[in-house]
Amino acid sequence: MALKIIVLAKQVPDTRNVGPDAMTPEGTVNRAALPAVFNPDDLNALEQALRLKEQFPGSTVSVVTMGLPKSAEVIREALYRGADAGYVITDRCLGGADTLATSYTIAQAIRKIGGFDIILGGRQAIDGDTAQVGPQVAEKLGLTQVTYAEEILNLDPEAKKVVIKRHIDGGVETVEAPLPLVVTVNGSAAPCRPRNAKRVMKYKNATAPAERTPEQAEKLAEAIAAKPYLNITQWGAADINADMKQVGKTGSPTNVKTVKNIVFKAKESKTLTSSDADVEGLIVELLNDKIIG
Amino acid sequence: MNSVFVYCEIEGKTVKDVSLELLTKGRKLANTLGVQLECVCAGSGLDGIENQVMKYGVDRVHVFDAPGLFPYTSNPHTAILVNLFKEEDPQICLMGADVVGRDLGPRVSSALFSGLTADCTELEIGEFDMNVGFDENKKPITKHYENKLYQIRPAFGGNIVATIVNPEHRPQMATVREGVMKKEVLDENYKGEVIRHDVAKYVPETEYVVRVLDRHVEKAKHNLKGASIIVSGGYGMGSKENFDMLFDLAKEIHAEVGASRAAVDAGFVDHDRQIGQTGVTVRPKVYIACGISGQIQHIAGMQESGIIISINNDPNAPINTIADYVINGTVEEVIPKMIKYYKKNSK
Repeated sequence: MALKIIVLAKQVPDTRNVGPDAMTPEGTVNRAALPAVFNPDDLNALEQALRLKEQFPGSTVSVVTMGLPKSAEVIREALYRGADAGYVITDRCLGGADTLATSYTIAQAIRKIGGFDIILGGRQAIDGDTAQVGPQVAEKLGLTQVTYAEEILNLDPEAKKVVIKRHIDGGVETVEAPLPLVVTVNGSAAPCRPRNAKRVMKYKNATAPAERTPEQAEKLAEAIAAKPYLNITQWGAADINADMKQVGKTGSPTNVKTVKNIVFKAKESKTLTSSDADVEGLIVELLNDKIIG
Repeated sequence: MNSVFVYCEIEGKTVKDVSLELLTKGRKLANTLGVQLECVCAGSGLDGIENQVMKYGVDRVHVFDAPGLFPYTSNPHTAILVNLFKEEDPQICLMGADVVGRDLGPRVSSALFSGLTADCTELEIGEFDMNVGFDENKKPITKHYENKLYQIRPAFGGNIVATIVNPEHRPQMATVREGVMKKEVLDENYKGEVIRHDVAKYVPETEYVVRVLDRHVEKAKHNLKGASIIVSGGYGMGSKENFDMLFDLAKEIHAEVGASRAAVDAGFVDHDRQIGQTGVTVRPKVYIACGISGQIQHIAGMQESGIIISINNDPNAPINTIADYVINGTVEEVIPKMIKYYKKNSK
């Protein structure tokens, strides 16, 4: 029995590798200095999706992302690794969204896709670490959720049930949940398979309309007509029937009051070298002061 | 009405420390606002649960006791909070930023259309001016709010600290990690009210959709939170083999081993030893940072340590600015020397 699988993915600035040029002289975050990457946990979610696809022939994996037109890069990456289709939700009016407005928007897109059996996403994105969008999408769609998933152990499409191993604080849990379902997958779950060379050849020209310059659009028009999979579906707020009160800044209950850069309050510190005398001196001082025993 | 609420997470029949820490913080916020502190205890077999929480200054304990409420699953606990909050209209709701709180918080905030801020490191009450448009002279028009919850958290990989306010939606929700706030009994004899709710009124039978088939919870392998000395390693340790030197040093000086997120991501050590905003917050007497550059997300989790010793071959590592002792040197050189001279001088 074939499954319709949806994967939620996000393009994020790579906050794991923040270098000295990550801050501008004015003290704001220099996004340009941070490479945009496929959110790591979302790749683990994609792998679980691709495993289900292999297990149930005829299944499809569709990737949904929301962001700037450039975020179609994550769709291409997913296509290279085994996904079948992608949807980029991009629109000026969606900017400034907090997790709640984001979840609403994604839920509207998923409604439009429709007919899904399981929705998988990463546990959290590294730019915010909130872990909120997965559960909020589930709530918006009226579905239950299994968060912190480590592995999908068994999926029974007839009984519409799935058994999942998940991490909990200080341990593990195995749960049985009904389909359709939202699952968020940990970064410690099985890593995503690499790109497949044949798929890279097939999809390297796959683009969303907003990514193409007029010249590129002209050049690709014929190819897209012959191979519709080279067109990544692009939706704006109107395409997903979004209520404008619930998207973007307007749909976001949270407001950023202030953002400040971290300035460490310097302490008066003693600087030592790694010489034997210095290290022994420190140890003796700490022992004498009964700071270490 | 308009109280401060804390969702108490219960493992078996024990309220978790993170919830007690939030009760302590919640009591202070409630005092500032001049309102009551209330809490929700949902689980199975909760007779006498109020004795664990009341002494933190709880005015009303809402008990939901039914067989299906432990182990925790998302839908029933969501239904309890959503339906209770529709009746009670709290202004603030706090919960632990652990697996349960981070599963439950977003669902509740989505259902109530209220803002939620994850992993706060500070919570304060203050005023807020929100820009709501511009007048004919293009001057901004602001709307003034009093007594709003400042939800303060590091963001963007910990390079900035953001103060988040949810001025127009209730409850203002925040999650906080274990160890970030301090747990303090207010009064052993504090008298609050206990309300035992009829669970079926809040949770329709159809919400019990997830079955927990199997569950193993182990006691933590370490006691980072309670350790008086912590030896902590970062990406600068260079390899798992080098990182293991820290366990040798820790064994000698009776310390626990912690790590920065970069060291955990690099696979040098298990993630449960991660110290920082998205890990454990610690306050040891001595914190020895080895090869840790000191991103704010790490500093947030250890800055209240008594004495900070930084071992780093980069004299400009940010962590050096908050260290009491800076040893300029490589970890490979310094750590064996520390072990050697501790052995020599400690007898």
